Amino acid sequence: MNHTIDPEDTSDPIEPLVLPLDAWHRARGARMVEFAGYPMPVQFAGEGGGIIAEHVWTRQNAGLFDVSHMGQLTVSGAGAAEALEALLPGDISALKPGRVRYSLLLGEDGGILDDLMITNISQGDNPEYYLVVNGATKWDDIAHLCEHLPDEITLNHLDDRALLALQGPRAAEALEHVFPGVADQLHFMQATGFDWEGAAIGVARSGYTGEDGFEITLPASHAERLADALCALEAVRPAGLGARDSLRLEAGLPLYGHDLTDHTDPVSAGLGFAISKRRRADGGFPGAEQILKLLADGTAAVRVGLALDGRMAAREGAGVFAGDEQVGQVTSGGFSPSLQHPIALAYVDSALAALGTRLELDNRGRRLTATVVALPFVAHRYHRQSGANT
Amino acid sequence: MTRFFTKDHEWIEVAGDSGTVGITDYAQGQLGDITFVELPELSRLVAPGESVAVVDSVKAASDVFSPVSGTISDANGALEGEPELVNSDAETGGWLFRVVLANPEELGGLMDKAAYDAYVAGL
Repeated sequence: MNHTIDPEDTSDPIEPLVLPLDAWHRARGARMVEFAGYPMPVQFAGEGGGIIAEHVWTRQNAGLFDVSHMGQLTVSGAGAAEALEALLPGDISALKPGRVRYSLLLGEDGGILDDLMITNISQGDNPEYYLVVNGATKWDDIAHLCEHLPDEITLNHLDDRALLALQGPRAAEALEHVFPGVADQLHFMQATGFDWEGAAIGVARSGYTGEDGFEITLPASHAERLADALCALEAVRPAGLGARDSLRLEAGLPLYGHDLTDHTDPVSAGLGFAISKRRRADGGFPGAEQILKLLADGTAAVRVGLALDGRMAAREGAGVFAGDEQVGQVTSGGFSPSLQHPIALAYVDSALAALGTRLELDNRGRRLTATVVALPFVAHRYHRQSGANT
Repeated sequence: MTRFFTKDHEWIEVAGDSGTVGITDYAQGQLGDITFVELPELSRLVAPGESVAVVDSVKAASDVFSPVSGTISDANGALEGEPELVNSDAETGGWLFRVVLANPEELGGLMDKAAYDAYVAGL
């Protein structure tokens, strides 16, 4: 393929990399931890700092998350939609310019290699798609795309760009101060691009918290300016990876590497919605035979939400039991600041996945009890277009 | 009364043959928001380095080890309703449990305040 990425340069970097807002985070007393090869802020210091405070602030106001560790890619050229459809199960051909979809990079056996957001950013006659993939998997994803995309398709790694997520019920109000008129143009899963102080900005109304909000791609050179402009507003405070994780867990959203792996199929994971109607009819995506059979016949296990009794949280790896028999495993778990009790995502035998089913968990040798509950744990509050499904 | 510290960031305040145990302010800061504390049963016999309590934070669960051998004589019931006391008041009101010392000589292997502060400064 005609890529602008050196295929020799797709291995994991050895030196720890530094994100555009590294100094900005440290100046705000962020506790930095290494994630996906980068020092990342897990939580901030001072008034309003701390995972629970940042979580609650985001649910009530607006949190600003630096997610520049994620991989930002473009795939372009005549036939780009068809080429992507050979690698993921979405109806990319039907994705209109300015529309965003959740999709999955699938392996030959139907296992999930990564989950991603894809936006049609085509202008004129040249098809172009913008993908955001997970930080920890981006190097593998790039290698996979390099290997499988045909020669006439161009893959670009936008590693000179930052990605900020502004999330919460006051995100639109905050965005209006910095990018007037943009929020009004967008419903959930819609995107637009424009110029700001000489920089090419892309804004999608999407996120990973269950709240209304925006994901903003911009040149790394402008990241501090935008972060300062947003955090100068009364509604906005910086929030770290800790709150991002507890927010996405309450929203029932899976985390790659934990709730999803290359051994997980989309049907068991509850991501059947990512397999478009036309693709179900036509197939032609990796693992289609296996996945279509699972859609028809059902799966042995499914991803469920568990509400735990008591206050002790079950963590990833905790066994799920019905009496003495192990019937599943927790893949993410923690205390829900919004609900004030522990919650977990787990894969359990499909026969025991009905809402209201009582199960036990073995958490570090301690037995905890839990009930299967509907996902999300905390209702999504997306700014949907009335009558639209997305 | 004398206060000693462990490398695992517990403190023990000793009065007579009774020690009151908690985690240090440094430890609570590292753990972040504490959401649950599992306290030991009374009369339980414990050994140095034995996991006696669990402090659950938003991020992770952490064991709290007994600094000494002895018998658990009390646990801080206030933490059941207010685990965040360990964040706000780690070295006083956020104490976890009391232990009747079986072998006070074990205290000689622990750090005093100055040694602990130097230890933390080097982390």
